[in-house]
Amino acid sequence: MAVRTEGLTKRYGEQVAVDSVSLTVRKGEVYGFLGPNGAGKTTTLRMILGLIRPSGGSATVLGRPAGGAGVNRQVGALVEGPGFYPYLSGRDNLRVLARYRGIGDGDVGRVLARVGLAERASDAFKAYSLGMKQRLGVAAALLGDPGLLVLDEPTNGLDPAGVGDMRRLLTELAAAGHTVLLSSHMLSEVQETCDRVGVINRGRLVVEATVGELRGSGGLRVRADPLSTALDVSRRLAGDDVTVNDGALLLRVDPGRAAEVTRALVAADVDVHEMRPVERSLEEVFFEMTADEEAAR
Amino acid sequence: MTALTASTRAEVLRLRRWPALWTLGGVWLLLNITFGYVFPYLSYRNGGGFANEGADPRQLLADVMPESVPVAVVQGMPMFGGAILFALGALTAGSGYGWGTWKTAFTQGPGRSAVLGGTLAALGGVVVAVVLGTFAIDLGIAASLASVEGQGIALPAAGDVARGLGGGVLILALWTAAGLAVGTLTRNPALAVALGLVWTLAVENLLRAVSSLLDWLGPVTDVLPGTAAGSIASAVGGNPVSEGGSPGVVDNLGGGAAVTVALCYLAVLVVVTGVLARRDVA
Repeated sequence: MAVRTEGLTKRYGEQVAVDSVSLTVRKGEVYGFLGPNGAGKTTTLRMILGLIRPSGGSATVLGRPAGGAGVNRQVGALVEGPGFYPYLSGRDNLRVLARYRGIGDGDVGRVLARVGLAERASDAFKAYSLGMKQRLGVAAALLGDPGLLVLDEPTNGLDPAGVGDMRRLLTELAAAGHTVLLSSHMLSEVQETCDRVGVINRGRLVVEATVGELRGSGGLRVRADPLSTALDVSRRLAGDDVTVNDGALLLRVDPGRAAEVTRALVAADVDVHEMRPVERSLEEVFFEMTADEEAAR
Repeated sequence: MTALTASTRAEVLRLRRWPALWTLGGVWLLLNITFGYVFPYLSYRNGGGFANEGADPRQLLADVMPESVPVAVVQGMPMFGGAILFALGALTAGSGYGWGTWKTAFTQGPGRSAVLGGTLAALGGVVVAVVLGTFAIDLGIAASLASVEGQGIALPAAGDVARGLGGGVLILALWTAAGLAVGTLTRNPALAVALGLVWTLAVENLLRAVSSLLDWLGPVTDVLPGTAAGSIASAVGGNPVSEGGSPGVVDNLGGGAAVTVALCYLAVLVVVTGVLARRDVA
């Protein structure tokens, strides 16, 4: 296991920022840590990196207590924006970090090239654009080729081309056997790159599953007339898992039942204009899940 | 390579390239040369009537000769050099929280104590370099003035040099450690520097002035860091401010007691910084 937290909790006075989060990141996988802004993602990652002390629970990284001396040498991290010396060049900033890691300067050129900053490496960090700063942060996380990468919203501040580059980089890292723990509030980002996801909302881990499990088997989108009769027939077949959206029905059933549903509708004298299988996006799942959470409150 | 060595190498690199460090060092040298050599020598040329009203010209000349270099190096340190090095310590610690560089350093592998140890070692190196650099430059100036004035170049005794260099390192180390502690406490370089300047340049002097009126305050002001620093400077041979010497140079404590108090402060400040640096990093 690359990362395991058990009942990890952080309180600030009365406020509970992270509430008993138990998550596991397996070796070699890309794990997406999802949640809206302020859900507790960064606080959780900070505890995993030993930057802040948990109020309760525990976190282990690569089998050792999080934040212990030497543990982070096997971890590359970018948390809550890059932190660099503004007066140093990008290259010198990385040289400082390479020294902290106890590795030679040799790796600095490699990681600069990896994030496309080689040509601007001699410029002072303070002269960098937001996207360049972010890319230098990712370069820093790659220094020393650590087995585990912890990246907090790595696409923040990147333009669309930069976001594309970042996705490619993540895919390459995963292919090379790196374990990546990636936080994001953009589901589309996670959907394409992650093996498993953990969803956090208001400090609590709502669910932990593979992307496929989370999206479920999809459903059927039906456009039919009259709608009321079609709804009755659909409810008979699919139970309560039927919603009406934009004049169309969405049935949460195995798309393989399309013929059966069509037959039932036609038998009930309903005109079927459209019948197609749909996949839920993670976005929909996420909003359903967080809405359920809100409703439960 | 140990984590401490790794951290020290990292801190040396980032400090060496920091314009603020060179600015502060330059200001210190400028002050040292101006008040240690330029003004005394101009006064001497002016027959003792300029700035040092009624000063003995022979004494003014002796003060800028090579034999007096150990005193010239340390006499400005208790107050001015101290304030400058306090600022360096405060900026070194405080800026890192604003820039997010402590966060970055702590996620590179070495433990917090190793990172702090590296910072202390690197700043210690800066302190030693400042003292040695000041000594070398002062010696060069004094030797030049001696030849201009047709005086023989009599070098200071080895014991005086050792006392001057050791005293200077201890005074500046004390103030640097204080700056580092306050910078770590406030996590705000501007606030830390402001507090340090107010303390070194104003508060201690006012307290020492008041203690001459209030007997019970004396024992307290005797063990303030500035008093210890000033007493080290006078033990090295600096003239106390009460006898026309540099501001900040006092003789409240003997040399041994002053060194003991300064070492105690140094130890306590390092421990306090170590404890403060363990707090959560936002």
